[in-house]
Amino acid sequence: MNQPLLRTPLYDLHLELGARMVPFAGYDMPVQYPAGVMAEHLHTRTKAGLFDVSHMGQVRIRPKSGKIVDAAHALEALVPADIVSLKPGRQRYAVFTTADGGISDDLMVTNMGDWLLLVVNAACKDADFAHVHDALHATCDVDMLADRALIAVQGPAAEAALAALNPAATGMRFMDVAQMVLAGVPCIVSRSGYTGEDGFEIGMAHDGALAVARALLAQPDVAPVGLGARDSLRLEAGLCLYGSDIDLTTTPVEAALEWSIQKSRRPGGARAGGYPGAQVVADQLADGTTRRRVGLRAQGRAPVRGGAELFADEAGTQPAGRVTSGAFGPSVGGPVAMGYVAADHAGIGTPLFASVRGRLLPVAVTALPFVAATFKR
Amino acid sequence: MTVYYTREHEWLRVEGDVAVVGITAHAANELGELVFAEARDPGTTVEQGDSVAVVESVKAASDIYAPVTGDVLAFNDALTDDAALVNRDPEGEGWIVRMTIADASQLEGLMDRATYTALVG
Repeated sequence: MNQPLLRTPLYDLHLELGARMVPFAGYDMPVQYPAGVMAEHLHTRTKAGLFDVSHMGQVRIRPKSGKIVDAAHALEALVPADIVSLKPGRQRYAVFTTADGGISDDLMVTNMGDWLLLVVNAACKDADFAHVHDALHATCDVDMLADRALIAVQGPAAEAALAALNPAATGMRFMDVAQMVLAGVPCIVSRSGYTGEDGFEIGMAHDGALAVARALLAQPDVAPVGLGARDSLRLEAGLCLYGSDIDLTTTPVEAALEWSIQKSRRPGGARAGGYPGAQVVADQLADGTTRRRVGLRAQGRAPVRGGAELFADEAGTQPAGRVTSGAFGPSVGGPVAMGYVAADHAGIGTPLFASVRGRLLPVAVTALPFVAATFKR
Repeated sequence: MTVYYTREHEWLRVEGDVAVVGITAHAANELGELVFAEARDPGTTVEQGDSVAVVESVKAASDIYAPVTGDVLAFNDALTDDAALVNRDPEGEGWIVRMTIADASQLEGLMDRATYTALVG
């Protein structure tokens, strides 16, 4: 606990911009700037927000054979996603599973042509690196790219902001990845993010991060956004926060992440199973699960936060589940939450009651996302 | 009209034998834009230091502690639909609860404005 906090290459910029800094996953990170969480959230949905996500882990997997398919096959031993058919210049969401079907992290996988790039959560990055290295080192060189920064630009004005630095950004579609120079800095740019908005994530060497960040902030519609709004944005978008909404005790099927298990990896598929916990996941895909991650909308204005117990009845005698994250959704204009409920209470529209400060507040199971995604497909 | 301040960044204004309680501009600024506020029900007796109300931002819920012992008289209904009134006028229209003062001697343990201002810099 007494270890000094790490700093991203944009630390001084955050201070210059007036950020309030908080410890997060071992880093001293901006939770908000002077505009505040509400304004930063809404700015991202209407214009564009710039996020420093350099604390996240970046891992490179290079096949010793020189054949990318060998790295893809090797990684498929750890994740249920189809990596083998991921084309060069394309990115895909995946989870690392455990032997009992739990999730040890979620990540983005990119086919960089002759290597795979993984982007993993900051709090998990050392464990993830060890996990991948242990499993793949016989056939692949696995390296933590500790000198790489990552900046996200998210929102309807993100494309124009990036295109002002390099017009090639305009031609990219959702989940495309391209190498391009921005503000004189060689970058790896993906058209993706974690806000539900169209946008980009831009990786570069540490020493280039400040130039790219400043060039983007100089664009008329781009404002800095902290971790506070990042959380409310991803929650409205129905996206999981590792450690809250998914963890070692939740399976991809319980977490409603079946979409991240492509047909080829499911029973009957060309490369079915072969990842940790595959039998558990296969059984759940066939038979369903006893609980499921759902969206929850409160009827009043009181936010229902992570940890709140859920009940099927107003008297609070029939436990139905638990909230895993919740906040006031600035774009929704009301409280939004997600949590796990028993399968027989998981239907859209099911009325439930959330325990908040000793009172039971009416909530309803709601389709995710709360705010429609605006990805450029 | 005397206003007192607490280390928890509440203010208390004495109006006759009633206390009007809210949070300071410093606290409102630290919390960010509020989206919800609620108080204990009228008639509830709260001890000094007990939670008498809750205010919530997008990110988090924060307790408002009773600066003195007393009974809750009323919640500021204007906050029901517009909790951000606390941000716009924290020490005026954005008051949070009115309560009785059971023991006026507790006021002596609170800070005056100059002392509080020095505390928050």
